[in-house]
Amino acid sequence: MGECGLSTAGRTTRPRAVPELHVPHSRVGVSALCPCSQEPSPDNEGALHSSFCQLIEEQSSLVAGPSALLPSLDPIASTGLEPEQGEQHPGYATTLRILANMPSRTIGRSRGAIISQYYNRTARLRRRSSRPSLQQLNRTARPSLRQFDLESDPAHATLADKQSLLAKELLSLPPAQRSQVLMEVPLSLEEKRSLRMPSLCPHPPQGCRTLWYRFLALVHAAQPWHYALKQISGRFGSSVLSYFLFLKTLLLFNIISFLLLLVFVVALQAAYPPAVASPPPFTGLELLTGVGSFTHSLLYYGYYSNTTLNDPSASSPSGSTSPSRATQLPYNMPLAYMFTIGASFFATCILLMYSMYHSFLKSYRVGSSTGVLAIKIFSAWDFKVVQRHSVKLQSENICTQLKELLAEQRLRSCPLSLPQRLRHITVLLLAWLLALGTVLGCVVAVYYFSEHMHTVSTQEGVLLALPLIVSLLNTLMPHFYNLLAAWEKQDSPAAEVYVAILVLGLLCYQWLSRRLICSCWETCVGQDLYRFVVMDFIFTLLDTGFGELLWRLILEKKLKSKRRPEFDIAQNVLELIYGQTLTWLGVLFAPLLPAVQVLKLLLLFYIKKTSLMQNCQSPSKPWQASHMSTVFITLLFFPSFLGAAIFVSYTIWWEKPSETCGPFRGLQTIYQTPKVWVELLEESNPNIAWFSWIPQYLVENTVFLFFLSGIVLAVIYFNIQVLRGQRRIICLLEEQIANEGEDKKFLIQKIHSIYDRKVPRGKCWGSAGMESHCAPLLRAGAGGWE
Amino acid sequence: MGNKQTIFTPEQLDAYQDNPFRQRIAEVFSESGDGNMTLDDFLDMFSVLSEMAPRDLKAYYAFKIYDFNNDDYICKSDLEKTVNKLTRNELTPEEVSLACEKVIYEADLDNDGKLSLEDFQHMIIRAPDFLSTFHIRI
Repeated sequence: MGECGLSTAGRTTRPRAVPELHVPHSRVGVSALCPCSQEPSPDNEGALHSSFCQLIEEQSSLVAGPSALLPSLDPIASTGLEPEQGEQHPGYATTLRILANMPSRTIGRSRGAIISQYYNRTARLRRRSSRPSLQQLNRTARPSLRQFDLESDPAHATLADKQSLLAKELLSLPPAQRSQVLMEVPLSLEEKRSLRMPSLCPHPPQGCRTLWYRFLALVHAAQPWHYALKQISGRFGSSVLSYFLFLKTLLLFNIISFLLLLVFVVALQAAYPPAVASPPPFTGLELLTGVGSFTHSLLYYGYYSNTTLNDPSASSPSGSTSPSRATQLPYNMPLAYMFTIGASFFATCILLMYSMYHSFLKSYRVGSSTGVLAIKIFSAWDFKVVQRHSVKLQSENICTQLKELLAEQRLRSCPLSLPQRLRHITVLLLAWLLALGTVLGCVVAVYYFSEHMHTVSTQEGVLLALPLIVSLLNTLMPHFYNLLAAWEKQDSPAAEVYVAILVLGLLCYQWLSRRLICSCWETCVGQDLYRFVVMDFIFTLLDTGFGELLWRLILEKKLKSKRRPEFDIAQNVLELIYGQTLTWLGVLFAPLLPAVQVLKLLLLFYIKKTSLMQNCQSPSKPWQASHMSTVFITLLFFPSFLGAAIFVSYTIWWEKPSETCGPFRGLQTIYQTPKVWVELLEESNPNIAWFSWIPQYLVENTVFLFFLSGIVLAVIYFNIQVLRGQRRIICLLEEQIANEGEDKKFLIQKIHSIYDRKVPRGKCWGSAGMESHCAPLLRAGAGGWE
Repeated sequence: MGNKQTIFTPEQLDAYQDNPFRQRIAEVFSESGDGNMTLDDFLDMFSVLSEMAPRDLKAYYAFKIYDFNNDDYICKSDLEKTVNKLTRNELTPEEVSLACEKVIYEADLDNDGKLSLEDFQHMIIRAPDFLSTFHIRI
């Protein structure tokens, strides 16, 4: 009696064999039954509960004595019962209907249930601090009981009452939380308006609000490239869009750096130019090499003066020509230079960490990584894609991905044999060795080439050779790595960035050791970096031209295939990261380099967009846009920005500035500038001697720094523990939900077994047997059944 | 889109997008359930599909869109219809059936053989891409 496919052993694992409810003597799939349309409305909770209570009462009265209950059950069973196949349990449809109308199940269906749920949530928000009394059930762990509060209360049965209650609750919340709750309620706009209406009255007048909305609309319309991005996402989807959004982010960083430097350093130096010899005439080659007439210009470090500009104490040559307005503010150029560079790095750091935080928030999820197929099916379709051809391509991509996932799962169920696994491991090892070997080879090649370049005479055109070689390597290596990845069937876009970063590291070391060769070494380094940036731009253009345009022409004309070249997102993003690293490295030595980078990014946007539209098709690899954007922002921060910041800090702290040029000539290190300034201040006004206390005891004191890093480490540890706790809670909650399901099955089994025992009237069961069946039913779900 | 009318028929919306779920979207957001939308329904639709809508709201409406028979559960037949619409019937019936079984196995937490709204929302929490794909740029 009571056959059942459930396994009670091991509540932690979900039973695998039973995806559907088991009914004795029949195997009716749950999906075959739908609750019919004449069921009692969920608003009429009283009728439902009373019918269920009646059912339990009738069963428990069987203990007292066998009365003919079957006829009284028939009305319930026959109302709205659909004809079922074969041996169908008479009460099965009823119980399913009742289950389908349980409060926790009606959330998606009825507005009354939605409003009650949000009423409870809002009430919880309001009285978050106080612990509810024991009689209140809205804090229970069982979801089916949580809605008990409002819905079983007969005084709140009507929809209008519930609505007014919710509106009242909303009024009691602060405005920001109120709009947050209203945004989340899944009701139509009209109803949200009616809920919000009472709260509009005590607010500022209408004129203010319309002005504010107009301003917001203007800000939204003024976003650059809004239509272009929409076009791109319409044809190519979210993955290619992530590249262009990344470009936009980099543009923002560079514009902020450029504005800071322009306002505080460049403009002032341009207003008070130092006395230099007349520059050589401008030839076109300067745009590429950065030497010649550009050497003694605002572009490089060497141009900036080391004195206080506009100093009133300095003797002015002709008193009548200098204006007598209050423009005699002296401006300490070295201090301004150092602090502006520091401020731009600090601002970039804050913005980067903020972007990283947002990306992580969107893409990182605590919990298990199962459910890949379900997630793929429900979130794979990109609703942004609009064009017919792209929609067709997207369908094909999803089809391919699903096939791959299914094949992978089939493979996992039958694991690889030993020789296959060995082959897989050897392929991986070989690929890794090849990658490492090429990286080391590139680094050594660049080292020897640059050593050779310094021994050769420095003709202008020859200066371009080193940047050319480095950019060539950077362009070719990713294609090689793509081949490797296709061979070993794994994806690792981060490997390509190691080549670029290692090469840059080597070059940094070389630049610092070159102090002995160049007279004004900072300008030399700045010129080198300028050449690298320009060469990187030229090579990006060449890569777009050859990789996309030429390839498409070859595919179309020679090979006559309809396929177009794919837009390689990883390679393009890594090129952007490389270019940005160069800019950050060079800010100290060439203050106008962010401006060059801004121009370069603007041109790059339009060129890439045009090439994309004309030549490419969307990538066929599965690309998790949000995950990859997090990876890119992280790559931008960790090797790229931190490396540049370390290099610049090292230069400021330890390197001796050159004697003949620049704002820091004559000092031991650049870092001495604020110390000198503080000493000057102390001399002029002994009252602010306390000001020198700050750098001495805060910045240079190691104890304070240890204390700060201790706090940071403690915060990180705390967050890790919180994450661990959350993972454990998720496991516990999943177990509880599974237990809920088991409880329901148990209850249904019990009801059906009691029906079955009741039906054969000839057989009589002792009251002891009945009690052992009914008592667990009455206790609603305790364990222990045979 | 016309300027003078207040109701958009599914055919008019059809011309604007080639989405396989366009019929379902129109049905879910229309007041009468047959696919004709008033201006308010239209605004509702774009507000849910915009960038600013919270994840739970999007998950709620996505659930309704994927629930083809409107029974508040995504059962196996709903899933099969979804997969066929996604892949334009390119997968074989065995593969479709296997995929649907796997999805139910992965996502169904209370073991009733179909996905309820809570199961769906729980799964969507673990899908970070959902916010960016369930989004129409205006």
